[in-house]
Amino acid sequence: MGFDQYHEPPEELPAATRTFARLCASLTEEAEAIGWYEQRLAVEKDPEALAVMRDAQGEEFKHFAMDLEFLMRRTPVWREIAQGILFKTGDIVEHGEEAESEALEGNGGGSDGAYQDGSLGIGSLRGAM
Amino acid sequence: MNHLLRGHAPISDSVWKELDEEATERLTPALAARKLVDFSGPHGWEYSATNLGRVSALASPPCAGVTGLQRRVLPLVEARADFALSRAEIRDSDRGAEDADWEPLDKAAHQIAVSENIAVFHGWTGAIEGITEATPHDKIPLGKDTAGYPAAVADAVERLLSAGVTGPYGLALGREQYRLVAETGENGGYPLLDHLRKILDGPLVWAPGVKGAVVVSLRGGDFLFESGQDLSIGYDSHDADVVRLYLEQSFTFHVATPEAAVALTV
Repeated sequence: MGFDQYHEPPEELPAATRTFARLCASLTEEAEAIGWYEQRLAVEKDPEALAVMRDAQGEEFKHFAMDLEFLMRRTPVWREIAQGILFKTGDIVEHGEEAESEALEGNGGGSDGAYQDGSLGIGSLRGAM
Repeated sequence: MNHLLRGHAPISDSVWKELDEEATERLTPALAARKLVDFSGPHGWEYSATNLGRVSALASPPCAGVTGLQRRVLPLVEARADFALSRAEIRDSDRGAEDADWEPLDKAAHQIAVSENIAVFHGWTGAIEGITEATPHDKIPLGKDTAGYPAAVADAVERLLSAGVTGPYGLALGREQYRLVAETGENGGYPLLDHLRKILDGPLVWAPGVKGAVVVSLRGGDFLFESGQDLSIGYDSHDADVVRLYLEQSFTFHVATPEAAVALTV
């Protein structure tokens, strides 16, 4: 088993950062699996095999979404940017630029507060001992 | 500008940033409950109640042939700690002073963190049922001597296992109990902190406001802290000498599995 999800010596990293890195690695793996199933589905002719792989890809969608939700719960600014982009119609790039600007530039501190809701953005501290 | 009215305060952006950072630094070590229980939100200042999925029967329907049920919800509480900062200190900070006196903010941050811990672990009369109020397990005495701590914690873990509550487990320690644990080496000098951590297979948390200690399961789904507006600094008023601010949050707390915790008393 490899430990290459860490870019820095693991013993120097806080537990919360190690957990974060594990979930980032898991997110990457789920995205890769979704892509692989997409390719397999595109070339497979056997209907039964197709059904099995569609079901398996559905599992990866779920895993990816759970990983993403976990990471965003631990990273309020990520969540804030994602809220400006996800599940919206219209121009994705435009939404992305606006969300980034609001989260990181317009509200990077000062009287507007560090986060969109004016809070300190502390949230959950699970894993931060 | 939202309900915090920060834009009305005679405070520059750079000092606001410093105040937010100072508050976060002071709050984070003391917010013990958030290190041990599930957290949901923040759902916003407008969010007022948690759905419990339960109903109460209504005694007298408007007319015959109809029955009525009323949904039960858990209303959020608003916790607020007021403080005032010297405008002279604020001006000095704008000039670049790195030793500005933010003590009133530090005290308010500690108070509101303690209030959160107490509400979660011991309850808030009329508003929140705390973990030690809800648990059906008998309290386990910790004793005054730390030599008895490993046995007490192991007893708590065994009770949780007997109730079918799996780990890992976390331990919230009141200020004095944390100090005692941190300073104690057992026979041969083995740190008591590490011994307890091995029994729990989980963390020990400094929990100002907690009386004694509390062992809780960290498996998830047993304790839910629901945040409306997460901890924020707002503006109240000012005069020539001071700016009056406050730390505020809205939240509630729900124990879904009362048997998933054991209280340890002194």
